[in-house]
Amino acid sequence: MTTSRIENPIIQVNDLKFYYPGNARALHGIDLSFPEKQVTALIGPSGCGKSTLIRCFNRMNDLIDGCRIEGEVILEGESIYDQNTDIIELRRKVGMVFQKSNPFPKSIYENVIYGLRIAGEKDKKLFDERVETSLKAAALWDEVKDRLQESALGLSGGQMQRLCIARAIAVNPKVILMDEPCSALDPKSTARVEETIKELRDDYTIIIVTHNMQQAARVSDHTAFLFEGNLIEYGLTDQLFVKPQNQQTEDYITGRFG
Amino acid sequence: MTKMKYMNRYWRVGEPMVWLSGAALAVTLLTAIVLLAVIMMNGLGVFWPSELQELRLKDGSQVVGKLIRSEPTSDNSGLRRQYKIANRDLYGLDFRWIDEDQIVSEQTPDQLLVLERVEHGDFYGVLKGLDAGTGNALSATVDDLSEALGMVESELGQLSELEDKLKAASYRIEQIRLKTLKLDFQNVAENDPDRQKLNDEKQVFSQKFGNLVELQTKRTEKARQARAIFVAANGQESEIVLADIFQVYAPNQMSISDKVVFYLKKLAELFVGEPRESNTEGGLFPAIFGTVMLIFVMSLFSFPLGVVAAIYLREYAKDGILVRIVRIAVNNLAGIPSIVYGIFGLGFFIYGIGHGIDSFFFPERLPTPTFGTGGLLWASLTLALLTVPVVIVSTEEALGAIPREMREGSYALGSTKFQTLVRILLPMASPGIMTGLILAMARAAGEVAPLMITGVVKLAPALPIDGNFPFFHLDRKFMHLGFHIYDIGFQSPNVEAAKPMVFVTTLLLVLIVLIMSSVAIHLRNKMKKRYTFGTF
Ligand SMILES: Nc1ncnc2c1ncn2[C@@H]1O[C@H](COP(=O)(O)OP(=O)(O)OP(=O)(O)O)[C@@H](O)[C@H]1O
Ligand SMILES: [Mg+2]
Repeated sequence: MTTSRIENPIIQVNDLKFYYPGNARALHGIDLSFPEKQVTALIGPSGCGKSTLIRCFNRMNDLIDGCRIEGEVILEGESIYDQNTDIIELRRKVGMVFQKSNPFPKSIYENVIYGLRIAGEKDKKLFDERVETSLKAAALWDEVKDRLQESALGLSGGQMQRLCIARAIAVNPKVILMDEPCSALDPKSTARVEETIKELRDDYTIIIVTHNMQQAARVSDHTAFLFEGNLIEYGLTDQLFVKPQNQQTEDYITGRFG
Repeated sequence: MTKMKYMNRYWRVGEPMVWLSGAALAVTLLTAIVLLAVIMMNGLGVFWPSELQELRLKDGSQVVGKLIRSEPTSDNSGLRRQYKIANRDLYGLDFRWIDEDQIVSEQTPDQLLVLERVEHGDFYGVLKGLDAGTGNALSATVDDLSEALGMVESELGQLSELEDKLKAASYRIEQIRLKTLKLDFQNVAENDPDRQKLNDEKQVFSQKFGNLVELQTKRTEKARQARAIFVAANGQESEIVLADIFQVYAPNQMSISDKVVFYLKKLAELFVGEPRESNTEGGLFPAIFGTVMLIFVMSLFSFPLGVVAAIYLREYAKDGILVRIVRIAVNNLAGIPSIVYGIFGLGFFIYGIGHGIDSFFFPERLPTPTFGTGGLLWASLTLALLTVPVVIVSTEEALGAIPREMREGSYALGSTKFQTLVRILLPMASPGIMTGLILAMARAAGEVAPLMITGVVKLAPALPIDGNFPFFHLDRKFMHLGFHIYDIGFQSPNVEAAKPMVFVTTLLLVLIVLIMSSVAIHLRNKMKKRYTFGTF
């Protein structure tokens, strides 16, 4: 096991265990920390717990009745599973982009400002401004600037996914979680989303789950390899892909199993 | 061998299934279409002013009537025809069967008239003379008759204005009486200023009422002076007060366009007119009004209740054995006979809540009930109870059909459960919820049994909405098209004469359901478009 500790992490995971209803353990004690304003990729075979792990970071797993969590997740020095954590506040700080793009059946404009609206924001000028900056950051502005009031459901799959990214950025989160954001996209759209991720790296901490080794290599600074609910290896992406320390990691990235 | 192969292919391609499902659909459609066609054929022709035939029979007698239908005689020796001969007061029967071989000649003389009367149904005959109130009849033409009728009509118009005033005055007197009752109940002293005031008011209105009644009697007497004498087919003369004649026409003189105009007028009367002759004639306005209002008030209760209940079941309640039992129970509620709901409505709403309201708010009026008797409010509530499962089930289904990603997307942006519900889930579920409402409305429109014990009447004295404060009188009894059908079809003294009206009423009821559903479906499609695809 390589070092999974770094200086000044934005998220620090300590001995995290997660149980699905019926005491089915999906994570067996993860220790991991995520550096600020960098891209960290989570890789591993299907069913190893990648989604489970990142959904612990914005407490999305709370929606599952009867699940149980042990250990700690610390965001900017505060444990997010504390009794008095404000989940709403937490989710504003930790945005999420899902595998299946899920724009709301509203206009493009309304989709982007949804997070602001529910936070009680009413300033029209701020809305306009955020719509523009977020869509630009998600590399979607040029394509949709003339049809902001049209339904978001009329966009292509790739555009929808970038809209979801824009929607997540619009509330100014610290961290953006991405769960296989490109799995349903064609190579061209994938390239655009990757482009977006690279641009966002300067301002946001990004944690991305992916099945695509090349993608992990292209966009991430750090990579963590998970296997059957355990963290197997964690390190700089360049090192992990070129010279993996662990046999299992090597087998996985060279495609011998998984 | 090849045949086997062919048969195998036949089965594999699924041809039999296509035929089977197609046939099932066709049968369903066919029954619906036949039903509608029968209603339309019988209902649409009712107001057509078909010609009057004058028959001379072998026995020398004469018959005047409208041909209704002809069919083979029971011994199959020939045909027999059914005629409407009207003149119920003279003949006792409205209809008569005549064997074709009894008929010597048939004609359609121009001078035959149809009188629609306020009482005793139609009269078929010829005008003989007119008595303008002097006591001796002078021979007259049909034009003279129309002129005289016009004059009588204007007098009747004034009378009905008078009647409105009378109604208003009696309403005020009733209000004063109720207030006095209240003072009695509160043991207010005899010399209290309030009492004094009421007494004065009562005096004023009673005076006014008395004057109005006097005027009415005088005017009525005058209006009823003019009479006309008609001769029926059998030679009998009949003196008819002009004020009792609703309308006169000579069908054998009418051209096609005249008939069309006549027909349309009759249709219009159906929508805006008041019923006459124990509901077998005239308009259906109060019944239409009652039906629509009943459905409307019912939706007002069942829609919010059902939606909120479904939201609780689907979004808030923990999915356990209890919720599952509730769900099964709700589904089964739809299978309870509607009369049971009616009985429940009677026991719970009327005797329970209604009586409670009465003894709490209007104790002085007891034992005369105010809310403790059938009325629009209780009937609506009963129907709401009956239809709420439909709304619950469809709302639950609509909410359940929303992909999980939508909720997660909303939560991930920091929205609360309530915000997600209001901003994402309900709009997305709205087409499904609308479907539930449509089904509920259609179901409610067709129910009669529970209404019969919760407030429907065959003739309501007043509409549930009028100009008297507080304008909506949901405690009032009301009329309803469905009950109307039952009433005139099976309870009226002259069922044969009322039959056309049964079909017309049915047609109207179907039409109302159709219109309401169309509006709702239009709304739903708009929502669907909005929340699934397309532009804003
Ligand atoms: N809602 C759930 N209830 C019970 N078990 C679950 C649930 N979701 C996931 N699991 C189980 O937890 C384990 C980890 O699942 P998870 O979705 O985290 O895997 P993953 O690494 O994201 O896989 P993939 O790459 O296929 O998305 C799996 O064994 C899965 O069967
Ligand atoms: Mg996953």
